[in-house]
Amino acid sequence: MSDEAIDSTFSTGNAARVVHHDTRVINFGDRLFYRVTQAFALIVILLAFLLVFDLFRGAWEAIQTFGLKFLVGTTWDPVKREFSTLPTVIGTLVKAFIALLLAVPISIGSAVFISFYLPKWLRPFISYPIELLAGVPSIVFGLWALFVMVPVIRSLQIWLKANFGWFFLFDGPAVYGVGVLSGSVILAIMIIPIITAVSRDILLTVPRPQIEGMLALGATKWESIWQVALPYARVGLFGAVILGLGRAIGETMAVTMVGGNSFAMIHSLFDPVHSMASQIASEFTEATYSLYVSSLIYVGLVLFGITIIISLCAQYLIWRLSKGHVAVFE
Amino acid sequence: MSVKKILLGFAIAALSVSATQVLAAGCPAKGVKEMTGAGATFPYPLYSKMFSEYDKACSVKVNYQSIGSGGGIRQLSEMTVDFGASDGIMDEKQKAAAKGGAVLHIPMVSGAVAVVFNLPGVNTSQLKLTPDVLADIYLKKITNWNDKRIAAANTGVKLPDLTVAVVHRSDGSGTTFIFTDYLAKVSSEWKEKVGSATSVNWPGDVGGKGNEGVANSVKQIPGAIGYVEVAYAKQNKIPWAQMQNKTKKFLDPSLEGAAAAADVANLPDNMEVSITDSPNPSAYPISGFTWLLVYENQTDAAKGDAIANLAWWMLHDGQKYATPLDYAALKGVAVKKAEALTKKIKVNNQMVLK
Repeated sequence: MSDEAIDSTFSTGNAARVVHHDTRVINFGDRLFYRVTQAFALIVILLAFLLVFDLFRGAWEAIQTFGLKFLVGTTWDPVKREFSTLPTVIGTLVKAFIALLLAVPISIGSAVFISFYLPKWLRPFISYPIELLAGVPSIVFGLWALFVMVPVIRSLQIWLKANFGWFFLFDGPAVYGVGVLSGSVILAIMIIPIITAVSRDILLTVPRPQIEGMLALGATKWESIWQVALPYARVGLFGAVILGLGRAIGETMAVTMVGGNSFAMIHSLFDPVHSMASQIASEFTEATYSLYVSSLIYVGLVLFGITIIISLCAQYLIWRLSKGHVAVFE
Repeated sequence: MSVKKILLGFAIAALSVSATQVLAAGCPAKGVKEMTGAGATFPYPLYSKMFSEYDKACSVKVNYQSIGSGGGIRQLSEMTVDFGASDGIMDEKQKAAAKGGAVLHIPMVSGAVAVVFNLPGVNTSQLKLTPDVLADIYLKKITNWNDKRIAAANTGVKLPDLTVAVVHRSDGSGTTFIFTDYLAKVSSEWKEKVGSATSVNWPGDVGGKGNEGVANSVKQIPGAIGYVEVAYAKQNKIPWAQMQNKTKKFLDPSLEGAAAAADVANLPDNMEVSITDSPNPSAYPISGFTWLLVYENQTDAAKGDAIANLAWWMLHDGQKYATPLDYAALKGVAVKKAEALTKKIKVNNQMVLK
């Protein structure tokens, strides 16, 4: 870009003509900084494109063999060399959304409590353990879940089936312990710290005058939070939830250990099922022929595609919610 | 003759003597100090021990990555490793894809796959399973433990009214290869519907990750049945069933049973054979070899020498580490055939081991 163009990006207003500045004013340091940061940005974009390109290249053999049937079929047979991924897509999405259902009320509730009810000096003491939980490696969660959580879920499932077995969601193999419900619960536990931490930061940016104004008008504390703070912060809170959803969809190790890992289509909350990430992680090392490897990469491509679609939907919703002003984090 | 020539003669004689001495011990004679291999996880504990002892004996570092049989086959095909290791035999397509030509399958040890279960009130070895019953359980045709067909072989055992929860491996594995190979032999329906491979389309139910995942699931789920390497069953004290072998005897999974399965008359020269459902009366029916995969025609003289010597050492000195780690050492005819295969390794059409 020429110096005139650089100048015009820093100038406000809608001047159609480029204003000609004395270029000796802009020194070498500024230009160097500009070029270096430009290069970094381009590297990031390039990495993203390379990732997509390599995914397509690896999946090409499977795409040519199966085409879009891959997305709607229900057979995964390495012996007969027939692959399709609908049950795992459903498994991934169901587990992620149930995890959100469980996690969001707890996270946003905790964030509200920390931001509005907790005395200021106590905040770090509560926030720190939450952030610590966010840093626990996924495999540790998986091990804990397998040995501690699954037996508890198993007892819960047996109780649910005995008392509410007529309901289709509870009409499944309760005694396995591993399955959709276990997978969703461990995912919920893993995404609560992220959503809580980000939501807390968002809620702390709600301007005090807004809330105080509401209180001055006679609202209770609860009303001022529910009717002013949360709506004000809804864009940011939505962004936090999407962050959590992103982690839930891509989570691998913990889900592999307690998800049940079956290819059959699920019919109840207790059925075992693979998620796309757990399937790739489980089978990649022993994929003994190229179509097998290619099909697994195709699954990865589908996972990537779903993540992008959700991200785009989220961006659109955020744009709509904020009526055209894009800022997610002010 | 000059003193120099005499000294030179002595030096050459000494070197060749030491070279043959070193060769006899199985150490590489051409200066190779490092080797890389990759493959099966099943023999990894044993290979780990073997390679550390080999390092002590020959000062050669062998770096083995247990990335799975499939990974080992792939790396060998791409010639990124010196040798591969697999619990399964390479099929025609894989052999055709191997860039270095013909691949030798040299068996190293054999192992047994235990069928483990979780039935309240039934202890280890108290449950007897016939091959057709096992196959139908895994085909989901027998769904409750009090089924007449299971009771038929288990008179006197109180079988509870409990749904069978079938546990299998979610990741591809050589253990699965041996297990499904056995089921395909004893059940034509299994062979047609599911087949045998390191990873198959299971009729049900729960998949556990690794031997430890299956072991854990079986321990936790009442009414579960699963398959694990006998070492895992022993170490985790999970009850196992007695399997009926080809001569109608019921046997516990054991190293002796696995070694007996390999001790049969008509082993093929290329040793690409499955020893499940072996006709030997003392054989445990769900046993299998684990192989070292090497190219028959080596391009590099030093590497070829190193690989041949490593295989030779593993077949002889290395075998003593097998039993303490719960692997069945090779015996009898199997060793002879394995030696013959190792001798087939050539560099530029010259045999490496004489």
